[in-house]
Amino acid sequence: MAAASYPDDLKYHAEHDWARIDGDSATLGITWFAQDQLGEVVYFDPPAVGSALTKDQPYAEIESVKAVSDVVAPLSGEVTEVNEGLSDSPENVNEDPYGDGWLVKIKLSDVSEVEDLMDASSYEGSLS
Amino acid sequence: MSRYTSATDADRAAMLERIGVESIDDLFETIPEGVRLGRALDLPPGRPEQEVFAHLRELASRNVSADDELSFLGAGMYDHYVPALVDSIITRSEFLTPYTPYQPEVSQGTLQVMFEYQTAISELTGLPVSNATLYEGPSALGAAGFLAYQHHRRTRFLISRGVHPHARETLRTMSAGWGIEVQEIPLRDGVTDAGALADALGDDVSAVFLAQPNFLGAVEDLEALVPAIKDCGAIAVCSCDPMTLGVLRPPGDFGVDIAVGEGQPLGNRLDYGGPSFGFFAATNAFLRKMPGRISGETVDADGRRGFVLTLQTREQHIRRERATSNITTAQTLNALAAIVYLSWLGRQGIVEIGELMLQRTAYARKALAAVEGVEPIHEQPVIREFAVRVDADVHDVIERCAAEGVNPGYPLGADYEEHEDGLLVAITEQRTRADIDRLAEVLGRAVAGARRARRPEEVTA
Amino acid sequence: MSLTETPQQRDRATTIYEKSQAGRRAFVAPELDVPHDPDALPERFRRTEPPRLPEIAEPEINRHFNRISKRNFDLDTGFYPLGSCTMKHNPKLHERVAALPGNARLHPAQDPKRAQGALQLMYELQGALAEIAGLPHVSLQPSAGSHGELAGVLLTRAFHEANGDQRHKVLTPDTAHGTNPATVTMAGYEVVKIGTDAQGGVDMDDLKANLDEDVACLMLTNPNTLGVFDENISEIAQLVHGVGATLYYDGANLNAVMGRARPGDMGFDIVHYNLHKTFTQPHGGGGPGAGPIAVSDRIEPYLPRPQVVKTDDGAYDLDFDRPKSIGRLRGFQGNYGVFVRSYAYILSLGGDGLQEASETAVLNANYLLARLKEDGIGEHLPVAFDRLCMHEFVLSGAPMKKNLGLRTTDLAKRLLDHGHHPPTVYFPLLVDEALLIEPTETETRETLDAFADAIADILREGAEDPEIARNAPYTTPVRRLDEAGAAKRPVIRQPLD
Repeated sequence: MAAASYPDDLKYHAEHDWARIDGDSATLGITWFAQDQLGEVVYFDPPAVGSALTKDQPYAEIESVKAVSDVVAPLSGEVTEVNEGLSDSPENVNEDPYGDGWLVKIKLSDVSEVEDLMDASSYEGSLS
Repeated sequence: MSRYTSATDADRAAMLERIGVESIDDLFETIPEGVRLGRALDLPPGRPEQEVFAHLRELASRNVSADDELSFLGAGMYDHYVPALVDSIITRSEFLTPYTPYQPEVSQGTLQVMFEYQTAISELTGLPVSNATLYEGPSALGAAGFLAYQHHRRTRFLISRGVHPHARETLRTMSAGWGIEVQEIPLRDGVTDAGALADALGDDVSAVFLAQPNFLGAVEDLEALVPAIKDCGAIAVCSCDPMTLGVLRPPGDFGVDIAVGEGQPLGNRLDYGGPSFGFFAATNAFLRKMPGRISGETVDADGRRGFVLTLQTREQHIRRERATSNITTAQTLNALAAIVYLSWLGRQGIVEIGELMLQRTAYARKALAAVEGVEPIHEQPVIREFAVRVDADVHDVIERCAAEGVNPGYPLGADYEEHEDGLLVAITEQRTRADIDRLAEVLGRAVAGARRARRPEEVTA
Repeated sequence: MSLTETPQQRDRATTIYEKSQAGRRAFVAPELDVPHDPDALPERFRRTEPPRLPEIAEPEINRHFNRISKRNFDLDTGFYPLGSCTMKHNPKLHERVAALPGNARLHPAQDPKRAQGALQLMYELQGALAEIAGLPHVSLQPSAGSHGELAGVLLTRAFHEANGDQRHKVLTPDTAHGTNPATVTMAGYEVVKIGTDAQGGVDMDDLKANLDEDVACLMLTNPNTLGVFDENISEIAQLVHGVGATLYYDGANLNAVMGRARPGDMGFDIVHYNLHKTFTQPHGGGGPGAGPIAVSDRIEPYLPRPQVVKTDDGAYDLDFDRPKSIGRLRGFQGNYGVFVRSYAYILSLGGDGLQEASETAVLNANYLLARLKEDGIGEHLPVAFDRLCMHEFVLSGAPMKKNLGLRTTDLAKRLLDHGHHPPTVYFPLLVDEALLIEPTETETRETLDAFADAIADILREGAEDPEIARNAPYTTPVRRLDEAGAAKRPVIRQPLD
């Protein structure tokens, strides 16, 4: 598994989720810290395309062998795509949490919410 | 010190010293004075094994078992022959005494048994996934209800009056806090009234519960009933008798989502009602919502095949308040009895035993219909059990039969007030033609006697 | 072929389906002795292909199950210090009495007049359980501890509804066994977690902050899953009753207190027993068990139906006439075969023996705890709450992880190589890298010493070379298994296509 990393180009939420902002869309996932806590991911139950995410509310569950974790939405929006590849290879969440391990893509409903998120160094600082 | 403990005075002294206290009482200091019992338990003193055995034997002697009478009792549990092979395997220490397989490396025996059992239940029901048991039949039906409640928060259950009365009641008890209305669908001519079911269906129906065969022994027409259930988006649950699934088309064939039932007929004793097991099988769509333990195949560090408890994130020890069930201890040893039994019965045997029951049940119904004062409650196809009404007080009839060493069946009146003098007669492979003929003869006498008793002024010449 | 691979390890776990050959059989069907009726079952109801059950004769069935049985560790063979499980010896008399035909061959729908022995046994068992727990009214119906918990919370619901009270919450401590919150959801209530204080008991401030008239019930185990007897229990009972809620006792740890204290006297309204723990029903690899409940006078009207009663003429009967009952939670009367064994146990031990069982259970646990503080074990596996324990105690493997790089799971797997079943691991959740250890009263001092010595050995070995334990076990029929793979791609039945 990759060593701890928190890319600078992403925004972070206290519940260990990241967001890659692209205009009024965002790609979401869980951070290296979260996947490390969970252990090897075995199952991700995605929300339906078209469903609504609310900032700070759980929108899905992610499972390892011995744990289940809520995935919390760092931003509000509508789901436009889910990562189908995770049903065959859930371990991508562990191996490439910011790349192939992405969870969902959303169309943001309130871009101003991005301001409430942390940058990489604040998030990493909050972990110690 | 009792025969099951080993702490002699010398042991105790040495242990207390090592612990660093003076007496056993010191170990219980944390119990506040106000809640200490302060007296001996008001129970008789302990007794040697010989006396305990004698007492238990005396109690058992005051029970009239299926060995002591010719019994046609059924109603969900049946007097099938349990081969000696089952006893010898389930009394093995290695199967009887271990704990749940939480350390799989030393539990491969139990985990493989569970896997083989799950496969057999899947084959019998025609559904792809099975768990490794629930407690018994009625609570397994209740568990299907809980799955439906968690799955889509619709507010009505429909349950056929043909489902076992204990299961209907258990569903009501279990669902008391779910905000769900349980609506009963009546029977018509002994089977679920398809018109009444169709009228009752709607998109607020969470699940529909049927039984196959139903409690009155009738084979239900699942092909006619299930499509409408699926059309309104409800979950179709069928409680079935596993011993009939060698002959009857299985529930999985008809689009049933969940099959449950009472497993006792499969290699488990009567035991005055338990322990037995409940089975629970479902379509793949419900795999991650299933209650109970599940054994799954995997490999070890050296590439050897092995088995582990899998999909544990469904369960209470991980998912806690969001678990698919609170169940932990289930009925694993009884599942072992079942898979040993099903292996003994075999692919051909389950068909043969089903055919035998089918023919003998048909014969028995005709034989009883020919008895004066006895008539079938319905004429639906039956396979191992059928319902008749007697033209007399059924309890008097039962007592008269008992005096001749025959138990003619289960009186229906307490559960079906519309069949006050009804009797449910069960046939297993143990009831021969001679037994059935004897039943007809004894029942004939009993009914005649009971009729006379009811109308003493009419003395038959 | 590896020189060190054991025959067990070479066994490829062939399933009974893989041993089948078409045409082989064990069962011989009786002759059809009635006229064949071709119209007995319309074709459209008939199965077209038989289920693919095994085809195998008796000797091979026998050999198959005997062989795979030897791939199990079991209590008759070795020590099982599983916390919260009470793995005490299963007396062999119990199998004999359960197999008596008057018990084993008795149909549950038999007329009560002809089942007097069974009903008397159940009635007397109820009485004994009532005395042990200090609550007068018992139902034997629930089939396991979880089933008893569900009964208890449903009884609470019925009690409140009868009083015209709509409540929505049930409180459980954060040390609770997962069944407690799962039960609360099944009963249609919302779970509220209560914290634990530094002494290991309920955090009284947190409890007071959360107790209000929307709380239906507080569920507790006492002693709790940390092995600690909560000294505030009387005050807790007062507070809970003060808001009109019920107090529920999870009887998983009853083995600690028989004859010394009773939940009824502590103020509990509803208690469940685990007959497969304290009352030594054999575990069977995951059941059967039984979870009877005992309740106070005010809860009695709601008990499940039927109840076993004694009538005025001294006969025993099943009473269905209970208008306020919550109804049935299962078919027939419950796991009678389990009642027979527990009844025989209670008769064998008597009041004196049951008290002695609890005293020796607590003695054994404290002795083992004392031994596990010696030999340098305590610096790697300190006890979570440094006080005398009751029948079980929790160690934390967190220092071991830090000092030696060994996790609790590694210690557990290496214990398997020493011929001991490991303790309960990673529970309770409150303790990091938890090891919950319950020796029970039926173990000798020598066994406890051997277990402590094994732990010391593993730690010494771990200090030299942690890789050994990390790759353990070596001597079991299979080595560490890929649980992630089993969860990702579940294969839960034999494919037969």
